[in-house]
Amino acid sequence: MKKLLFILLWLPGLVLAAPSNYPLDRVAVDPSDQPSLQRGAQLYMNYCMGCHSLQFQRYNRFARDAGVPEELVMEHLIFDPEIEIGALMTIPMSSAAATDWFGGVAPPDLSLITRSTSNAYVYTYLRTFYSDDSRPFGTNNPVVENSSMPNVLWQLQGLQEAVFNDAGDVVGFELVEPGLMTPEEFDVAMADLVNFMAYVAEPYKLDRERIGKWVLLYLALAFVVFYLLKKEYWKDVH
Amino acid sequence: MAASPETPSRKDQLLEWFDARFPLIETWNYHMGKYYTPKNFNVWYAFGVLAAVVLVIQLVTGIWLTMSYKPSADEAFASVEHIMRDVHWGWLIRYMHSTGASAFFIVVYLHMFRAMLYGSYKKPRELIWIIGMLIFLVLMAEAFMGYVLPWGQMSYWGAQVIIGLFGAIPLIGEQLVVWIQGDFMISDATLNRFFALHVVALPLVLVMLVFLHIVALHHVGSNNPDGIEIKECKDKQGKPLDGIPFHPYFTVKDLTIIVVFLFFFSAVVFFAPEMGGLFLEHPNFEPANPMVTPDHIAPVWYFAPFYAILRAVTFDLLFIDAKLLGVIAMFGSIILLFLLPWLDRCPVKSIRYRGNTYKWALAAFVVAFAMLTFLGTQPSTPLYTFLAQVGMFVYFAFFLLMPWYTANEKTKPLPERVSRSWLFVPYSPRSSEGDK
Repeated sequence: MKKLLFILLWLPGLVLAAPSNYPLDRVAVDPSDQPSLQRGAQLYMNYCMGCHSLQFQRYNRFARDAGVPEELVMEHLIFDPEIEIGALMTIPMSSAAATDWFGGVAPPDLSLITRSTSNAYVYTYLRTFYSDDSRPFGTNNPVVENSSMPNVLWQLQGLQEAVFNDAGDVVGFELVEPGLMTPEEFDVAMADLVNFMAYVAEPYKLDRERIGKWVLLYLALAFVVFYLLKKEYWKDVH
Repeated sequence: MAASPETPSRKDQLLEWFDARFPLIETWNYHMGKYYTPKNFNVWYAFGVLAAVVLVIQLVTGIWLTMSYKPSADEAFASVEHIMRDVHWGWLIRYMHSTGASAFFIVVYLHMFRAMLYGSYKKPRELIWIIGMLIFLVLMAEAFMGYVLPWGQMSYWGAQVIIGLFGAIPLIGEQLVVWIQGDFMISDATLNRFFALHVVALPLVLVMLVFLHIVALHHVGSNNPDGIEIKECKDKQGKPLDGIPFHPYFTVKDLTIIVVFLFFFSAVVFFAPEMGGLFLEHPNFEPANPMVTPDHIAPVWYFAPFYAILRAVTFDLLFIDAKLLGVIAMFGSIILLFLLPWLDRCPVKSIRYRGNTYKWALAAFVVAFAMLTFLGTQPSTPLYTFLAQVGMFVYFAFFLLMPWYTANEKTKPLPERVSRSWLFVPYSPRSSEGDK
């Protein structure tokens, strides 16, 4: 019965949650920027990992790619002594339980979120939560209207209210209660977080680009050799 | 120990041993060493060999993907990510395979267009064209089933749309859909059978058809940009005057072309494997979820022209409803391609010597095909649906009116010998006279 009530309570949010055409802010990502990856990972562990796993990412791979010694990862990012450095970044919350708690939709795994949406999408979404008393958690978001995710970053960002145009669309925000960060600092922090998530979506990106350059160079040289060979054979064809 | 000049070397002895038991030298000469190939091939003639190269890439990378992929609805998506992240060079193998799928269609479409430019489907090469079309058909089935395997959102919902088409067939439609799916919905059973077909059955058929395609080609000999038969102009030894042996001339030329192709192929694999969502669609990075329909279900670009035709039919015709009519139009657009050798009644093969009507018709067809390709990937709006209907009209008119507009074409006189001019520029009389 309690479960049914809970679902009924959440139902309006589920029915209405929908993507919108809110303009997205672009963000530059750079997987070779290790300090940014480290800051992004720190934010992810503190604010996101409670609900959102990174089930395809391994701790030691991150340690290597972000330039963090494995001991430090063990000490600061892994709190469960049973988890080893080579483990995948899963979470203890079960999907079934989460589905109940969040009214039908479990918080998704975010390993590939920047690839299934885009960096700009995640970057904009994280920065555009605004107060809305009609929502269960008191916040709403113009990127995913009636999103069932609460604004977990409000302590850092502060609380903002939306400015609407005549058509009822969100056109801007007003900070009504400052957070621990200034808006500029918060934007940088979110860029770091998106950078980390973009890295997790494709941890081998730097590998492929590094190797790719050599492959193209090799093929360009091979072309010269093969072209000269072809010319040599074809010189008597008129 | 060096062999004396009188006794054959070990290598020759070995060759002799083989040749007495297998038509080794004969086969080599028939297909390579003494296969006379027109010397005036231009860049359009590269796409056949490139299709073979892509086929090999797909077969080899496919075998390696199979070693780590799990054909199960619960594990498929995660196993692909496992390949990308934890298997050594897995990302490279997978990106080569996913890029290879698109590359396959690029080279095959260009290969088919080459045949339309130079009349390669005309007598005596009708059967080569028919086998080629069968290859195209099997390739589409192969690509479709392959796209389902990663079990992402677009895999699932794309399959839903395509399999759903069969549901439009009267009387047996619904049962047919269940029979194809092996379940009442697209499920683990569907994924498993698609895996079996994708990795075993269809590649076998594909390889056999490609073999037949080449056997038929080498039996009649290659066409060329001038569309005249080089076998009609032979020297005293019976060798075509305008032909040169495939090996070594075209082996070295094709190697050069293959390197150029691999350059562009690698540029995509290493620097833009998603190709902006065209080669790997964004929603496919989300695991299949039967409960959530994506906002916009778009087929991969290579199916888009046919998908656009399917959607363009928004009207009923007599007793046929729009859905069934769309399916008929879509399959009809592919069947018409099979009939090309008999629809085209102009005796002149190459566009260089054909009349202006065919040139304009072909140009209109290319524009319509490109437009349909674009529209098929876009959400439908009233304007886009209208444009798709225009594109569909042009597409069908190109084929269905062909027997009339090609019947009395004002063609130019054919040269006796081939000319080595670039692309589809008409031959210059000067160079032809020079050859005489």
